[in-house]
Amino acid sequence: MSMIKIKDLIYNYIKHDEEGNVAEENRALDDVDLKINEGEFVAILGRNGSGKSTLAKHMNGLLLPSEGAIWISGMDTADEDKLWKIRQTAGMVFQNPDNQIIGSVVEEDVGFGPENLGVPTEEIWQRVEKSLEEVGMIAYRKSSPNRLSGGQKQRVAIAGVMAMKPRCIILDEPTAMLDPNGRSEVIRTVRELNQLEGITVVLITHYMEEAAHADRVVVMKHGCKMLEGSPREVFAQVEVIKDSGLDVPQVTELAYRLRKRGLDIPEGILSTQELTDALKAAYTGCTSR
Amino acid sequence: MAKEITLGQYYPVDSPIHRMDPRTKLAGTIIYIVALFIAEGPLAYVLSAAFLFWGIKVSRVPLNYMMRGLKPIIMILLFSAVFNLFLVEGTPIVKIWRLTITWEGLFRAIYMSIRLVFLIMASSLMTFTTTPNQLTDGLEVGLAPLKKIKVPVHEIAMMMSIALRFIPILVDETDKITKAQTARGADFENGKLIERVKNMIPLLVPLFISAFRRASDLAMAMEARCYQGGEGRTKMKPLRYTKLDRNGYLALFAYLMVIILLKIFL
Repeated sequence: MSMIKIKDLIYNYIKHDEEGNVAEENRALDDVDLKINEGEFVAILGRNGSGKSTLAKHMNGLLLPSEGAIWISGMDTADEDKLWKIRQTAGMVFQNPDNQIIGSVVEEDVGFGPENLGVPTEEIWQRVEKSLEEVGMIAYRKSSPNRLSGGQKQRVAIAGVMAMKPRCIILDEPTAMLDPNGRSEVIRTVRELNQLEGITVVLITHYMEEAAHADRVVVMKHGCKMLEGSPREVFAQVEVIKDSGLDVPQVTELAYRLRKRGLDIPEGILSTQELTDALKAAYTGCTSR
Repeated sequence: MAKEITLGQYYPVDSPIHRMDPRTKLAGTIIYIVALFIAEGPLAYVLSAAFLFWGIKVSRVPLNYMMRGLKPIIMILLFSAVFNLFLVEGTPIVKIWRLTITWEGLFRAIYMSIRLVFLIMASSLMTFTTTPNQLTDGLEVGLAPLKKIKVPVHEIAMMMSIALRFIPILVDETDKITKAQTARGADFENGKLIERVKNMIPLLVPLFISAFRRASDLAMAMEARCYQGGEGRTKMKPLRYTKLDRNGYLALFAYLMVIILLKIFL
């Protein structure tokens, strides 16, 4: 069974005027189909207003589809009885680290989720310890979140979700407010959870470099799915990506331009190492000829 | 200025007082404050001071850290001291123009100041050694009987703990907005009272908007983490009385008794 299944999802943001009548209808998601398998790392890319955050909020039952449906490990999010089970299965990390930490001490915050689920006290402690270890924040368990850096706060937020023992984590632009160090910290943590714990990860972002680590990349534009495929496949289509208002990773762009100028290197290069190797190969190919 | 408010800030060290049950600390603070107002005569005050400083020593919170919490009340302190000094009638010491300083006034001023200082220090000792969450847990259990008359005790406790958690964040934000608006030509320092209050508008409007946005974000994050109100919720740190609390209560009641006895017999 797939972890997340989205079928013909349409969502309209409705603005009401002062009398409560519908004043404006904005289609944020237009007929989206998507399937995410258990254990997969999927990156959803798109610029502001592409509907990527709206999509994320559907995966946790925070928003309900106007039309179409979405199932989280077989549970329909429109089914109110399953709502809490869904939120436990698919945990969510938000953009602003300050606005999602409830506790005034790191460990109390991580314990907030399990407390809500009615987990017995002793197990809460075990879970808190384990999740803090998983994100590498165990040394800060007694600290106040206000004294942590942005990247550390986001890792605490991830631990807070992990303590609920989810099978899937949805991260809605978790790095948008962080500095480069914090960003790589968070992405490393997320990758480790995916690889070591087998957690399904849905990463919403507009940083291409972060998407390069994913198993699959989905590019959104105006509420529609534009591209879908492995990072290599997607980033090979530099023109389409630029057309949807996004940038490809610098190294991919460089490789793309070199290739356009007639250099013999493969499509969809994702890392500096790959490009160096490709250039070396191209160079020796030239000289030996 | 806002940075100096240390009230409601937890000081993370490990000490017997930190480990005590928040209910003990809440009750203890109340008992201490009551005792302060009962206390009479130098001996009682020396005893109160000794008890408080002993508590601070045990809590391992640095004294100067605690003193910082006193800064915002210096004005109130001076006011009450001066008023007591001049307005209490009794045996005069000196007479300046129409104002007379009396022995009684002098003592009253000193006692009032000590009382205020100790009161603030005792309550900050509680907040320094108790995380806001424990504090609200303590209140929640302490006020639980009110649930019978439909007081939303859990919700109030949750609101308080969130408010405490956001104080430093909103203080930072106020600083940022003040700087940003000053850079744009806003004047927060000059003018008469009415003008200054009016000048606060460019500070307050963005602050409120941002606070509402944060509240809405936080509500969503809480829902995403399955928060459904107090029902069916377990506690990570359930409240349990230990030997420490028994000793704490014993010390408190012993102290209260001595203060009462001093008042009766001296």
